[in-house]
Amino acid sequence: MTTLESAPAAGRRAGRRGTGRRGAGRADLSDRGRAERRLGLLLSAPAVIVMLMVTAYPLVNALYLSLFSYRITAPDDRRFVGLRNYATALTDSLFWQDVTTTFIVTAVTVVVELVVGFGLAMVMHRAVFARRTVRTAILLPYGIVTVISAFAWRYAFDLQSGFVNTWLGLGDYAWFSGRWSSLSVIVLSEIWKTTPFVSLLLLAGLAQVPRDLGEAATVDGATAWQRLWRVTVPNMKAAILVAVLFRTLDAWRIFDNVFVMTAGQQKTETLSFLTYRQTITRTAIGLGDAVGVLLFLSVVLIAVVFIRGFRVDLSRVRGDR
Amino acid sequence: MESTRPKWPWIVASALILVWTIFPILWIVMLSFKRPGEVGNQKGFLPKHWTWDNYRTVFRTDLFTAALVNSIGISMIATFAGVVFATLVAYAIARLEFPGKKLILSFALAIAMFPVVSLVGPLFDLWRDLGLYDTWPGLIIPYISFALPLAIWTLSAFFREIPWEMEQAAQVDGATSWQAFRKVIVPLAAPGVFTAAILTFFFCWNDFVFGISLTSSDRARPVPAALAFFTGASQFEQPTTAICAAAVVVTVPVVVIVLAFQRRIVAGLTSGAVKG
Repeated sequence: MTTLESAPAAGRRAGRRGTGRRGAGRADLSDRGRAERRLGLLLSAPAVIVMLMVTAYPLVNALYLSLFSYRITAPDDRRFVGLRNYATALTDSLFWQDVTTTFIVTAVTVVVELVVGFGLAMVMHRAVFARRTVRTAILLPYGIVTVISAFAWRYAFDLQSGFVNTWLGLGDYAWFSGRWSSLSVIVLSEIWKTTPFVSLLLLAGLAQVPRDLGEAATVDGATAWQRLWRVTVPNMKAAILVAVLFRTLDAWRIFDNVFVMTAGQQKTETLSFLTYRQTITRTAIGLGDAVGVLLFLSVVLIAVVFIRGFRVDLSRVRGDR
Repeated sequence: MESTRPKWPWIVASALILVWTIFPILWIVMLSFKRPGEVGNQKGFLPKHWTWDNYRTVFRTDLFTAALVNSIGISMIATFAGVVFATLVAYAIARLEFPGKKLILSFALAIAMFPVVSLVGPLFDLWRDLGLYDTWPGLIIPYISFALPLAIWTLSAFFREIPWEMEQAAQVDGATSWQAFRKVIVPLAAPGVFTAAILTFFFCWNDFVFGISLTSSDRARPVPAALAFFTGASQFEQPTTAICAAAVVVTVPVVVIVLAFQRRIVAGLTSGAVKG
């Protein structure tokens, strides 16, 4: 038996280090297995180390510092306060207002994007006309920098530069002076930028729906609506759940659009923005880290609910923002 | 069946999609060609007087040119390093038997879901202690780590599909192992690696949170962060048109990449979701 037949490249590489091909088969195998294991860990090490360095240590550090009253501007005043920062955050009405805002933004964007994204996916799936052009156009918002999308929509609705009021005949309506009108523009920009991602995932799901199933349903007299709900949607459930999971977590962390459009004014502040404002702008590290930890826990909670509750099949998921 | 049904609804829908995706980009382009003074007086979509002045302004503004150099440099280095790391991991996951495979994939997924802002405070502290605050490496390192999950998942899905036996076949035919790798495996793996590189680059190019939190000057501040702080050429004029010109400049490479590699990007974004 030669190694060529039985072992992949790594095994062969490992085999060279082994005792020789004619040696006792079992010893040779385990030796090779050990070398393969070592190589696998070695190849994974750089990536894992970088990921740990940027996430694990800072997270532990945040947990630790969140137990202190600590401002960068007054490092000598640092003192242990236990869970008091969490109590402060959780009893503050601003915190709950930000939770509400974040929740509304997330719910609206995810629902709209799912519906619009599904429509886009259907068009891309079916379109005979300019199929390539449509797919390319769909990718453009995905590639555009979020901050630039935010500027585009902000300037379109802005009193000074915008054309929207003129086109809609709204006169001097100030979009950014009210909570709900500001949030509408923020949500619009978010939807424009991220629906392409949803539609591409759904398109991949659509491609998996067996074609003859739909045809059989048509022969049996099902309407288009029935076909959609009884055949198409159930067969692409996995893709839908993956899209919803990723978009929910992504929208829950919304930051760029809020920063550019309102800077958190008009009660449009979200949880990410609150964390940023406490840690970076106010340099209230202890309190800010407590909010950051709460944000982290909320993300974990959402992920667990989805993965356990809806049984999202993670082997189908790939990581994406 | 399709042939018996009218095609025009799909055509109308396609046209609507084109308008919806291109319109905001077109709007930024239009604004970038308006005179700064037009903002506030002329509220139309099209510029009344077309001008290149805004482009001259941004390229004469150190804040923007420095940010452009930072963005390009940091994104390219982070993309290169990230793709190299991800390729090593993805190769190991696709080809080798070792404990912790699943763990690495789950860990990468967890990082993809991580609320970046939660880390910004501690990283701010840590980077200041290590002297990484407001430097290129200070941004490159977080970019690599947060772009890695996407690259790892895309690449390992891709590498699983490669017929690796061909390498051995080439060796049986007399190729050296280096030749077999160069002539057989590299051409098969290159499209996947390239796709991962595009997605990683987009991620780095798009970042804002790290950009504003971990920099304080034009030594390392990337374009999105610089745009948010841009005040324009004169304190007495609206920076709107200049910001738009700068936005168009950083959007051009994205549009070129999308136009050239549309198919690869779609394949990369959906690979894991389709094949599982």
